[in-house]
Amino acid sequence: MSELFELGVKGAVDGMSRGDFSSVELVDSVIARYHAKNGEIGAYLTFDEEGARAAAKAADAARASGGSAPLLGVPIAIKDLINVKGQPCTCASKILEGYVSPYDATVIKNLKAAGAVCAGRVNMDEFAMGSSTENSALGVTRNPYDLSRVPGGSSGGSAAAVGGNLCIAALGTDTGGSIRQPASFCNCVGLKPSYGRVSRFGVTAFASSLDQVGPMTKSVEDAAMILQALAGHDEMDGTTPREPVPDYSAAVKDASFKGMKIGLPREYFIDGLDSEVKRLTDEAIAACTAAGAEIVEVSLPHTEYAMAVYYIVAPAEASANLARFDGVRYGHRSGRSDDVFNLYARSRAEGFGSEVKRRIIMGTYVLSSGYYDAYYGRASRVRTLVRRDFEDAFKKVDVLLTPVAPTPAFKLGEVQDPLTMYLNDLFTIPSALAGNCSMSVPAGFTQGTNLPVGVQFIADAYREDMLLKAGRAFELSRRV
Amino acid sequence: MDTPKIDVAYVAELARLELTPEERAVFQPQLENIVKYVEKISSVDVSDVPPTLNGREIVNAFREDVVRPSMDREEALANAPARTGDEFMLPKIVEGAES
Repeated sequence: MSELFELGVKGAVDGMSRGDFSSVELVDSVIARYHAKNGEIGAYLTFDEEGARAAAKAADAARASGGSAPLLGVPIAIKDLINVKGQPCTCASKILEGYVSPYDATVIKNLKAAGAVCAGRVNMDEFAMGSSTENSALGVTRNPYDLSRVPGGSSGGSAAAVGGNLCIAALGTDTGGSIRQPASFCNCVGLKPSYGRVSRFGVTAFASSLDQVGPMTKSVEDAAMILQALAGHDEMDGTTPREPVPDYSAAVKDASFKGMKIGLPREYFIDGLDSEVKRLTDEAIAACTAAGAEIVEVSLPHTEYAMAVYYIVAPAEASANLARFDGVRYGHRSGRSDDVFNLYARSRAEGFGSEVKRRIIMGTYVLSSGYYDAYYGRASRVRTLVRRDFEDAFKKVDVLLTPVAPTPAFKLGEVQDPLTMYLNDLFTIPSALAGNCSMSVPAGFTQGTNLPVGVQFIADAYREDMLLKAGRAFELSRRV
Repeated sequence: MDTPKIDVAYVAELARLELTPEERAVFQPQLENIVKYVEKISSVDVSDVPPTLNGREIVNAFREDVVRPSMDREEALANAPARTGDEFMLPKIVEGAES
């Protein structure tokens, strides 16, 4: 290891515990890397260097006086829709330019309590709507493995920061694949927790029946460490149950595939799959088998309807959630607002980008009088069938293994049609609808183009321990 | 289900979103396309299937009904685009009222 910024969470914590380096040195290394690389990669929107150094100094002082919080002194990049008190929170939208958060999200409170330094804010698709980060109104983010390509999205800034070693780890959010697909594109681990496992209080809502916050990291062990800090009941988010949080680091310790049953859902191995993605997925399956896993073919028969369900449910919920951006209490207010209707309609027109507008219209349409039953009502019932598919599968297997996205990272500007862009989420949407936990783990590089590709593990709801165990066992199997 | 023609201008008005004629022209075919795609769910038999409205159902997520400190008024108003004293400032809403 030549530079501190290359470290992951575990390496950073171990090094600081041994006294090899301080948090100030670690943060300075990340800041130097930020100055060297952010111009071309564009992962970060803002970086509070002064705040980061002050927090690092405090972490070093805490460690000197015996402090041993699990993430003490580790800088973590934050997706720009998670509120950190005193920092901007724009959701990569013009409508929130200049907004300063008056409070910490619960995940930030938890990270700070665990000792982490939260100072850099990373780019995303506007309001998390997109699969390439090209919908950001505030800047372009490039894939660190090929600057002509997208980092994926919507957590593209998080993935580019981790994959390009511009941070030690990052937080992303996932509604239909926004952690896992960019993780696949940028060679990082991206974990979407089960619905309700992590609080969303203080995280700008996109689709409330789906949104989750999760870690994006350089290893599965790192994901376990961050998830440990994030997970648990929060009385500010009524969707978080009072279920105990397992010891995730114990789950990844000595992880092995021995005795584990891995299901391959046949509906995920489609003709449209990129040949290199298929090759790497097949190699991943072979590696799991060689490491002792039992492979079983399973069926998730309602998979083909999942994307249609999602593109009804998610825009419907988004149209309701984004009603709060009306130019009254915060955010952009149009200068052409002579009455209240125009204040709303023009502030929103000037503040939102195209994809956000499209989804608001789509969501408003499917909820409008006369259409609710045919769209939202029906989609909610089909969602039950998608969920039952998974319940049946997890009676037979411990985890599922699938591709993350149908292709590796594509070129900036390559995908113009909205519906074609939506197809990126084909394999990540179903488990989000079902509320399961799932994770993208690096699986190798394409031939010729040399682009990273991940594979997705999916575990039953609230079995992040099983998910992490499988992911760690997979990492180990690839090192042989 | 017949292919519905989504009236983008009307729905945008419901959504309190002003669109330019150019935006309407771009969105109309794109949204028709998306609506057509999602209508594939109409072929699924959902009789006797209950809806799933959340990633995980929780009932009665209560907490103690006690008054707790809330956000400081200045903090709450700090991001306001326009304010008057301790309140958010808006254009006149009530017809005929003194402004």
